[in-house]
Amino acid sequence: MSLLSQVIQFLFTGITIGSIYAMVGLGFTIIYNATGIINFAQGEFVMLGGMVMVWLTAVLHLPLPVGFVLSVLIVTVIGAAFERVAIYPLKKPKVLILIIITLAGSIVFKGAAMLLWGKQTYGLPHFSGEAPIVILGATILPQALWIIGILIAVVALLAFFFNFTMLGKAMRACSINPVAASLVGINVKRIVLLSFAMSAGIGAAAGIAFTPIVLMEFDRGALLGLKGFCAAVLGGLGNGTGAVIAGLLIGVIESFGAGFISSEYKDAIALGVLLIVLLVRPSGIMGGREASKLKEF
Amino acid sequence: MAIKRHLPLMLFGCAAAVLPLGLKDPYYLGILVFIGIFSIATMGLNLLMGYAGQISLGHAAFYALGAYATGLLTAKYNVHFLPALIAAIIVTAAIAYVIGIACLRLKGHYLAVATLAVGEIVFICLNAAVGFTGGPSGLAGIPSIEIGGFSFDSDFKFYYLVWAVFILLFILTANIINSRSGRALRCLHSSEIAAAAMGINVTKLKVQVFVLSAVYAALAGVLYGHSVTFISPQSSDLMFSVKLLTMIVVGGMGNLWGGVLGAALLTLLPEMLSAFHDYELIIYGSILLVIVMFLPDGLMGGFEALGNKIIRKVRARGRG
Repeated sequence: MSLLSQVIQFLFTGITIGSIYAMVGLGFTIIYNATGIINFAQGEFVMLGGMVMVWLTAVLHLPLPVGFVLSVLIVTVIGAAFERVAIYPLKKPKVLILIIITLAGSIVFKGAAMLLWGKQTYGLPHFSGEAPIVILGATILPQALWIIGILIAVVALLAFFFNFTMLGKAMRACSINPVAASLVGINVKRIVLLSFAMSAGIGAAAGIAFTPIVLMEFDRGALLGLKGFCAAVLGGLGNGTGAVIAGLLIGVIESFGAGFISSEYKDAIALGVLLIVLLVRPSGIMGGREASKLKEF
Repeated sequence: MAIKRHLPLMLFGCAAAVLPLGLKDPYYLGILVFIGIFSIATMGLNLLMGYAGQISLGHAAFYALGAYATGLLTAKYNVHFLPALIAAIIVTAAIAYVIGIACLRLKGHYLAVATLAVGEIVFICLNAAVGFTGGPSGLAGIPSIEIGGFSFDSDFKFYYLVWAVFILLFILTANIINSRSGRALRCLHSSEIAAAAMGINVTKLKVQVFVLSAVYAALAGVLYGHSVTFISPQSSDLMFSVKLLTMIVVGGMGNLWGGVLGAALLTLLPEMLSAFHDYELIIYGSILLVIVMFLPDGLMGGFEALGNKIIRKVRARGRG
């Protein structure tokens, strides 16, 4: 393989995996904007999406598109239920308590997945064949195109939702100032519920698309969540566009790191980037310094 | 007053000293050793969480650093225990200091995630550096602790070592809490802005507490490594950080005895439930969730509230 095709290969891999991080990062961003909470259970929604999909298609033999829609719906409901059970009843909680609650939620999800599906690793058939497409000496799986396509669809839907629908605008209003939003008649509690449901759904879609390539097991969530969080922070916490760009960037950095430096340390590379960003520029690449000051806890 | 304040610890010390004499089964002795080790680790984390109001999801990393540092030095390089211990403390404190400077300027969520990332990085490196740490299969053959020719080579001796270390650290921690810095810490917990306005150097104080709590975790790790003579990355993964956190939350944040109670309960629980292993995750998660939601001050906080209620009732009856 020539160096060029190698570089292109790493770029493809990076963008594929980066799309997943971007989607997880978007999930963080949506909940953060609506509530100011960092949802430590975000990665578990990705895991649950993959696992539910495996269960629906491999055990119940549902066709792929039906399974996809149903899995996303199921995980969306789980996300909403989590908000109702664990977040909704709290009155004026401290950040420390919120962190512990979402962390506890993530462990419950992980434990439940282990009880339901055991510790095995599960795979899914690729959406449209496994014959790789060759471009300039590098190969790309059709499934990778599906992942990138789903990311594009999610971004387009979110852009439409936040800019052209009443509900989306209400949600943005909440992220700017919840008190003012409730004064103009927006039901803030319902927006919080919606934010959890939405990011659970997006996480699930990412998990379903990802599973055919990397397989899925009960304890995948934490690291995926952490990488998604890297994306959210690098993009400037609360900035959706930033999260997507940063997610792709982290995917590419990681892929090149694994290719040229060491594959054993590839997970540490992304986390190292996170630490450096937190150290040098906590507001991320897209967020202004002023914005980050306003959103501090 | 001084006697009254130190009475619980004195009673506890006496109980701890007598307890193993009545125990014939080495199994229970082993469990008590673990409770002591976890109590030491939670004490540091409690100082950070309960008093300084900062969260760390990466304390397993410091625990592992401590265990691996003395483990490697004594087992591989034949260094004596005491110099190895000093090296372990210095290394952990230095790493914690750098991380603390980086992370503690950040607040709330950022700090939690940054420490989580540090924990994961250490975990990944311990797994990947096979030639140095033994990788996933761990480091075996850690010798028993030897100080000045005296070897703590049985569970019985080790028990006394662990609980002696615990009591020393407890006295140290209690003194810190009741000192000027302790008051500054509590002030920090209620309001950082107010603390800064009172002339407290907030960042410096937070970093100091973070480093101290990391050293506690490292000491616990050292004791763990030498007591089981084996350490693997598995015993210091994210779940271990979460376990330490759960112990504190269950026992009571901001209450030194709370950490001990939590450590004891959550060490005994898996021993009592035989099928515990499969349910471990879901049980820990549920306990954490329920306690945080309904009893945010933990069991010790609950006991205190209950005790105050009874005292008030009794007094009211006495008057009426």
